[in-house]
Amino acid sequence: MRKLLLLLTVVTVGLLFIARLLYLQVYNKEAYSIFDDTAIRSVYDYPKRGYVYDRHGNLLVANQPSYDVMVIPREVEPLDEETLLEFCSLLKITEEEYHKKLERANNYSPRLPSPFVPQLSKEDYAVLQEKMRKYEGFYIQKRSLRAYQTSIGANVLGDIGEVNQRNIANDPYYRMGDLIGKQGIELSYEDVLRGVKGIKFIQKDRFNKNIGPYKEGRFDTLPQPGKDITITIDSQLQQYGELLMTNKRGGIVAIDPKNGEILALVTGPSYNPNLLVGRERNKNFSRLFLDTISRPTFDRGLQAQYPPGSPFKVINALIGLQEGVVKTSDMVSCRMGYYYGSRKLTGCHHHKSPVDMNEGIAQSCNAYFVNIYRRIIDKYDDAGDAMNKWAVHAKSFGLGNYLGYDLPVGQRGRIPDGNYYDRAYGDNRWGSTYIVSNAIGQGEVEATPIQLANMAAAIGNRGYYYTPHIIKSIEGDTIPSKYTTRKETTIDKRHFEPVIEGMFDVYNKGTAATLRIPGIDICGKTGTAENFVRIDGEKTQLTDHSIFVAFAPKDDPKIAIAVFVENGYWGSRFAGRMTSLMIEKYIKGTITRTDLEDWILTHSLEEEYAKPYSGEPFKINGETTLQIIDKVQSSQESDLDSSVRIEPASNRN
Amino acid sequence: MNRERHRGFKFDWIIIVLFLLLVGFGWINIISASHDGEIVSYFDTSQLYGKQLIFLGLTFVLIVLILSIEAKFYERFASIIYILAMLALVGLFVFGKEINGAKSWYGIGSMTLQPSEFAKFATALAVAKYMSDLQTDMNTLKDQLRAIIIIIVPAVLILLQNDAGSTLVYASFFFVFYREGLQQVYLALALSTIILAVLSLKYGIVISGIAAAIVIFGAYFFRRKQKRISILQSISVFVICIVFASGVKLFYQNVLKPHQQNRISLWLRLEKDPVKLEQMKKEEAYNLIQSEQAISSGGWTGKGFLQGTRTTGKFVPEQPTDYIFSTVGEEWGFMGSAFVVILFMALIIRILYLAESQKSQFSRVYGYGVASIFFIHFTINTGMVMGLIPTVGIPLPFFSYGGSGLWGFTILLFIFVKLDSNKINEW
Repeated sequence: MRKLLLLLTVVTVGLLFIARLLYLQVYNKEAYSIFDDTAIRSVYDYPKRGYVYDRHGNLLVANQPSYDVMVIPREVEPLDEETLLEFCSLLKITEEEYHKKLERANNYSPRLPSPFVPQLSKEDYAVLQEKMRKYEGFYIQKRSLRAYQTSIGANVLGDIGEVNQRNIANDPYYRMGDLIGKQGIELSYEDVLRGVKGIKFIQKDRFNKNIGPYKEGRFDTLPQPGKDITITIDSQLQQYGELLMTNKRGGIVAIDPKNGEILALVTGPSYNPNLLVGRERNKNFSRLFLDTISRPTFDRGLQAQYPPGSPFKVINALIGLQEGVVKTSDMVSCRMGYYYGSRKLTGCHHHKSPVDMNEGIAQSCNAYFVNIYRRIIDKYDDAGDAMNKWAVHAKSFGLGNYLGYDLPVGQRGRIPDGNYYDRAYGDNRWGSTYIVSNAIGQGEVEATPIQLANMAAAIGNRGYYYTPHIIKSIEGDTIPSKYTTRKETTIDKRHFEPVIEGMFDVYNKGTAATLRIPGIDICGKTGTAENFVRIDGEKTQLTDHSIFVAFAPKDDPKIAIAVFVENGYWGSRFAGRMTSLMIEKYIKGTITRTDLEDWILTHSLEEEYAKPYSGEPFKINGETTLQIIDKVQSSQESDLDSSVRIEPASNRN
Repeated sequence: MNRERHRGFKFDWIIIVLFLLLVGFGWINIISASHDGEIVSYFDTSQLYGKQLIFLGLTFVLIVLILSIEAKFYERFASIIYILAMLALVGLFVFGKEINGAKSWYGIGSMTLQPSEFAKFATALAVAKYMSDLQTDMNTLKDQLRAIIIIIVPAVLILLQNDAGSTLVYASFFFVFYREGLQQVYLALALSTIILAVLSLKYGIVISGIAAAIVIFGAYFFRRKQKRISILQSISVFVICIVFASGVKLFYQNVLKPHQQNRISLWLRLEKDPVKLEQMKKEEAYNLIQSEQAISSGGWTGKGFLQGTRTTGKFVPEQPTDYIFSTVGEEWGFMGSAFVVILFMALIIRILYLAESQKSQFSRVYGYGVASIFFIHFTINTGMVMGLIPTVGIPLPFFSYGGSGLWGFTILLFIFVKLDSNKINEW
């Protein structure tokens, strides 16, 4: 026993130590991550974000350098009073803010870098850079911010901003303080534009001093620059559209029917994209986002979903022809409306009667379309089956569902089918007379301007369309094939001609006769949408929305367009004029109908928009007078011509 | 093996191989722990690893010297060597150079020498000499006290120089005494002292009192009548326990320095207040946390020679000296560190085995002393680096950087190798 005590103790201790080593090194070992290694500092090198050009090669979006002060809370050494004061004054923050920011960064993570003061001005950066090594745990991260070369197209171009926690959770590529596309193409094409940041792993010692690259830089990567993209927008047209939309609310969507390229996507009111750059971004974004009255961040071209009104009539005409329930020569009489028995289902305006299809479209006769719509529904024994059949036709024009374009916002629109009414009225407890509003694009049918523009493109193409898209080309890459694949409608090609003739006659002798452009055969359709708001809990009707849908030229369409102006009253009043001007601008490059232009630029709807908020009783539609203003000047004319200018993001000086 | 010994090579080759492995692997880890950036030459004497290489070279000179001296010399001159070593320790109070708060070094030019490293083998020799004296009977209190005085003198001298870690080494002679006939009751006493001390610190006097009462009265009732101590005696033992337990607490609170208190507190997890605990960890456990993390990050096979990120970044303070084992852990992983543990176990067990086979009592006691000293160094150092025992500054034999330590341990070991080689001449 005496001989064994030390021996046993040695063996016991030895085994205990081996067990402890097993616990420390094998059992308890966390998966090794180079990012978690306290001895390794990862230094990021952010690549150039891809530039954005318009369809004619004009540079729209470039970059500018930006400098963020970052902090790794764990590495921060307490600063003495004097140093702290100096640091705070360099950063232009108070001591209190200093501690608050530090605390917040620490709450996020003591070991990961957080932005401390983002986006310094160049001047502040220059001063700070020299003194930076005095402040342990802080460093300056260079990033690239956007520099917009234009003041148009904010809704399309979008913006970039700091990642949020959810972005980081979804994609481990992102680190706190990284920038990510937030809206528009910056969001849709984030992966393309972003590039890949480079990373250097630096071995450091326990005083946080760099002591050279980790493993001779074996794991380091170089940044890959983001790819430049060209978008389908025609900046001249876009700019002109935005000019026309001044003092109005609404959207303009212009598409090239030949390939689905979006030529212009105007929303009004809009804002200067430069507002969302730099240190003021958050403040400005909240201001724009919280403006719930004019809603500048609401893209009316993509998101404004309303009953489309009369333009939808042409779809019913096409379905009627396809289903064989109507011939172009069939005459329908209109007694200022459509009567079912002695009940007037829908009203109409004054025009000659009876009308055939051509006249029906040109004069936008409600009675005509209710008639053929009822024929479509009543063709089948079961109204539900008929509605389903009808919905398939309508949806083949890209209506009633997301179009699949490459911008991040949108609405489905609505094309009701049999199930929809079964749910609303009960199974088989409804018939064609219940739903005649669909005949004239009212009732349950809803669409967004881009859907209407796409519909016009499909009609202009005589039966097919390409999914609208904003991307024209990606540097060194191809655009997704879904944008180059033809989508067919369910209507035979031969049925389009009479309908197109009708739309042509809208300009020749119909509701848009005053809007003709010399030398261009435009086919179009006016629309008017009733709309209501709740004021003090009471459903109140406002002046109708003005809608216009068109394509041109008639035989070889180069542009399909939908214009929607909130509370513009009737189709040809605002939307129609703007449509003609947009088409002329695009096809001819100059405006000959300056009378139309002058009218648009001297008429404002701002008074109309103020009405529901005035708290006073107000009148709508025919009982209103229009607000005349001084002619709006294009303040943006010089923008595109100027050479590339890169200005500091912050103008705090 | 024996035949081989007859023919010429009389020294135990197992110990020599283990020794070579330990100093070799130790030096490799000193390179890792001390290099900064590029290694121009391993002989670069401006670097710790270069210096250690010189120390190693001198070590081999020392070994040849030790092995060529007549074995009887060590036994004969044991007392003189002991007295010289003690004088060297005393001399420190006058001529000593203070490094890191401990006045434990003689400065000779740019070199420093730490006499406490040499006092160990001297004490081992003296203990062996005393215990092998035919007149010494370890069962008598008088001789026990004399033996204890031999180890207490260097222990106190070293403690006075503020080197508490090295003092602990002398407790290892308990194993020697026990082997040579110290009564069982001392073993029981030593164990219960440790247990009681830990109990009273961790759970307070009441709990440790209850525990003591259960053991004492349990022993009273379950022992045979003849062997039983009286109730009165039992009660006095209980009282002594209570007094001891309170004494430990008072000692902890009033005598220990704050940093020592903190180390024990962290080890026994006494602090419950998370804020204070965090503070304590910041102040006291930085080394420990860094070293544990370094070891942990090694995994199964380690990051490879010179590839340890924490070692390269010098995150573990004192890494080439007391915390050298964390380098092994990070760069060589479980395989490497377990290998080191096994090397030490093998060395100690081999020494024990040889000690038991000695015919001379002097050699046996000395061998036991050597094994005990290696054992306590190994246990305290690696135990501390792995976070199993409180922080105590004590080097890992043959691994830690430093000439004095290396030479002290080498002398300690090779005197035994010499004694062992001489055992056939004992007849």
